[in-house]
Amino acid sequence: MPLAKPTVEHIKGLAARYPSKQSAIIPALWAVQHEQGYVTKDAMGEIAQHLALPPSLIEATASFYSMFLTRPEGRHDVVICVNAPCMLRGADEMAAYLERALGVRDGQTTTDGAITWHSTIECLGACGGAPMMQVDHQFEENLDPERIDAIVERLRTTRAPHGGPPKKAEAVAPVKGEKVRSGAEGARPRAKRTQT
Amino acid sequence: MGIKPVLTKDFATENLDQLKVYEQAGGYAGFKKALEMQPDELVEMVKKSGLRGRGGAGFPTGNKWSFLPKGVYPRYLVCNADESEPGCFKDRYLIEKSPHQVLEGILIASYAIGCNLAFIYIRGEYLPQHDALERAIDEAREGGYLGKNVLGKGYDIDVILHRGAGAYICGEETALLTSLEGYRGEPRLKPPFPAIKGLYGKPTIMNNVETVCNLPHIVNNGADWFAAMGTATGKGTRVWCMSGHVNRPGNYELENGTPIRELVEEHGGGVWKNRKLKAFQPGGASMMVLLPEHLDVALDFDAIQKAGSLAGAGAMVVMDETTCMVDAARRYVKFFQHESCGKCTPCREGTFWMANLFDRFEAGDAKPGDVDLLLDIGYSIDGRSFCPLGDASTWFPRSVIKYFRNEFEEHISEKGCPFKKTVQEAVA
Repeated sequence: MPLAKPTVEHIKGLAARYPSKQSAIIPALWAVQHEQGYVTKDAMGEIAQHLALPPSLIEATASFYSMFLTRPEGRHDVVICVNAPCMLRGADEMAAYLERALGVRDGQTTTDGAITWHSTIECLGACGGAPMMQVDHQFEENLDPERIDAIVERLRTTRAPHGGPPKKAEAVAPVKGEKVRSGAEGARPRAKRTQT
Repeated sequence: MGIKPVLTKDFATENLDQLKVYEQAGGYAGFKKALEMQPDELVEMVKKSGLRGRGGAGFPTGNKWSFLPKGVYPRYLVCNADESEPGCFKDRYLIEKSPHQVLEGILIASYAIGCNLAFIYIRGEYLPQHDALERAIDEAREGGYLGKNVLGKGYDIDVILHRGAGAYICGEETALLTSLEGYRGEPRLKPPFPAIKGLYGKPTIMNNVETVCNLPHIVNNGADWFAAMGTATGKGTRVWCMSGHVNRPGNYELENGTPIRELVEEHGGGVWKNRKLKAFQPGGASMMVLLPEHLDVALDFDAIQKAGSLAGAGAMVVMDETTCMVDAARRYVKFFQHESCGKCTPCREGTFWMANLFDRFEAGDAKPGDVDLLLDIGYSIDGRSFCPLGDASTWFPRSVIKYFRNEFEEHISEKGCPFKKTVQEAVA
């Protein structure tokens, strides 16, 4: 899918903003992700063309940063922190609750394509309001099961936060007849797990 | 000593993020005053104030500024808003509440060092804060504080807001510069230090958000006023981010030298659920753990260092008696493993093996000798990695082994975590 004209104009404008056009790579990747929901190899090729830089350079940069998505995800993005300050306030239990509420595993998308969730070990900077998660980059702090239910309910019925085209995520079957593991996949060891 | 709102004094004012409200509260008076001064006078003033960087290392800000080589232009100022240290959320708070204060600080610093283009590097996760800064920049431009010949004083300054995309390593100054130049965020060799050869190979000064927020107040009230606050080597105030097992977590701005006990017990309301304090960690994920016996240590760079830890970026993570210290250390090690950029072997491989060992403890598969193996890996990383990320990944786990070695032994003898039950009961 070629980039939309406003995105292309934006990327060209970025190159002129910085003392070096290479600095425009990360903002350009953001612009692409904002428009298309994720960053494809083709889109990176287009960025390279508009900035007159080798495509390998764009791909090298994009692959370093964890926030650039390489595949389509749900309309809404939910990230729950399980680092130590959040863990102290019950983040593992909240992640497990969220997993049960959504019925899909860490990193997967709900069957209706509404929500992709994952737990993260990278602190999101809201330890004072732990346990916390980011919903479409907005901070949701002091989580409890009721709050999670309300947020999930809202997300299932609302559109994507940005004006881009609706993303088509590959739906994953909900976890059935299988004990749901804790959501803190990034932090929990896989072996010998008995806790629900 | 105690609560001393300087940066946060107007934070109860509604809509402080708007230019008009900020100006009514005395905002941009510091920048106007600074423009009446010579840049060298400003550098001297900041030196005299004793302000030390609030990002982690605590380097004297005025001294950093004076490292710039004379006569080499252009030079850049980069404001480090890549706050990613687990336990820290002060920069987010300062930006959210008063983005203009951050901007005013940047303008003063830029004028002092003779730079005409400044950057703010904000972490990708802070999108609402990015937007707040963007609005502030637009307002300031309209208000005549940014652009050509600002306030008719013949000084040109512009600010570029640059959003990162999820990489802890980019908080390290040379990695931040690499990232700002569009590359993978890997650190560079020092020397040359950024003040000599930084962004785009030009002399560059990097200051933390909280550091620049101090500047308007220093210019307004004078170096002596600032130096009268705090301790002999730690002047002014600090915003402490308190989290974990306390009744009132949050940000507290305290005069440097206030005892840790006052922060935890008085402002934080003590340990929650009437439990006992087991340990706490000043500075953030990287820093060594301290014990209840250290509660009377002062919140000050040097005092905390003397007690065996570091003040770092101003976090205070409190852990009660039900905390599994092995699990706490495991989270941090996993974090460092995840965030290691992969450039150097000790950090890339070392954090991986430390994380594997911690998983073994958690799963009940650890063997006698694994604690020493952990220490051995720690020694192989610390002082041998390319940048401080690797070194710092070992500090907390090694300090936990020092004080809580018995918990590691219990994980081995009980084939799993002895705290699991209590923790679950705790959150139930």
